[in-house]
Amino acid sequence: MISFARLYAVAAAVLFLIMATVSIATIDVYEFENVQQEEDFSVLVQELRCPKCQNQNIADSNAGLAKDIKDRAYKLLRDGKSKEYIIDYMVERYGDFITYRPPVTKKTWVLWFGPLILLVVVVLVLVLRKSTGPKPQGSAHITDEQKQRVDALLERYEQAGEQAIAENEDQNNVQRDDQKRKM
Amino acid sequence: MKWIRFGVPLLLFVVMAAFLAKGLENDPRHLPSARLDQKIPEFNLPTLNDGAVFVTQQDLKGPLLLNVWATWCPSCRVEHPMLNALAKQGVTIVGLNYKDERAEAQAYLQKYHNPYSIVIFDQEGDLGLDLGVYGAPETYFIDARGVIRHRHVGVVSDVEWEQNLLAIWQSLAEEKI
Repeated sequence: MISFARLYAVAAAVLFLIMATVSIATIDVYEFENVQQEEDFSVLVQELRCPKCQNQNIADSNAGLAKDIKDRAYKLLRDGKSKEYIIDYMVERYGDFITYRPPVTKKTWVLWFGPLILLVVVVLVLVLRKSTGPKPQGSAHITDEQKQRVDALLERYEQAGEQAIAENEDQNNVQRDDQKRKM
Repeated sequence: MKWIRFGVPLLLFVVMAAFLAKGLENDPRHLPSARLDQKIPEFNLPTLNDGAVFVTQQDLKGPLLLNVWATWCPSCRVEHPMLNALAKQGVTIVGLNYKDERAEAQAYLQKYHNPYSIVIFDQEGDLGLDLGVYGAPETYFIDARGVIRHRHVGVVSDVEWEQNLLAIWQSLAEEKI
């Protein structure tokens, strides 16, 4: 019985290893002259977005177009172009859509600063509400004479209430009797 | 104060609804072309029929349609009869055979008729990338100076042609005179 759990664990580990080596293998297709180039490439494929399969970057996408863009980026890197040059190069061809870090322009400023403005507005609203809201109530001051009057009034209402309930019950009983008689 | 409790959420709702309604009309798969109002990028590629004959951007002076197609693209097959009809009406269409096999593409044109005045053979998709092609079929409207004036992504259907594209084509054709 123990061997089953162990078997599963081993199988899972083996599977994981295979998958890990496979994913490394797909990255290793590109060879670089130095570490800087390799780092630039991995940043580029993360930040460039696949125009065909939207919401995937070109590192994750299996589309032919993603591979073409990767290949072109690789070629330009090997030609000694900078990361910024390659991003501009792709934007020139595919528009701002291609980058997950769109530039700040008239069209994109809401995207960049909208959340910040919203945060400021919310904080302002909260602060204003706190300062103009109903003031906390202090303890009420009443004189002894006033207190006696209040007590007297409360007592009267209680008695009146009890009386009213009693009367109601009487009435209900009468009505029930009436109904019984009718039936 | 009561109107604030009622009015502010209502206002927020109206604003959100307006944005979302606008968003419904947007097809996120239709990207604006970055190459609009720019010249066709430089290229030097062979024709489909003869690998020894080369075409450059100098050869593409409109008004003409530059149609990106491939045999592996099912929508291109859907669009093909419309292209044949347009060619018959006198619309100049240049084909850009995109990431395809030469023999297959030649057989395709023989089978389904060839509406193209020239077909550029872009096996590696280099011109495609320079144009910003992201999904065949795409159709570029090129004016007399070789400038890209419009891009249509997807099938050129007869409805699409009647409603939008014909007017663009006519304006380009009139410019030439």
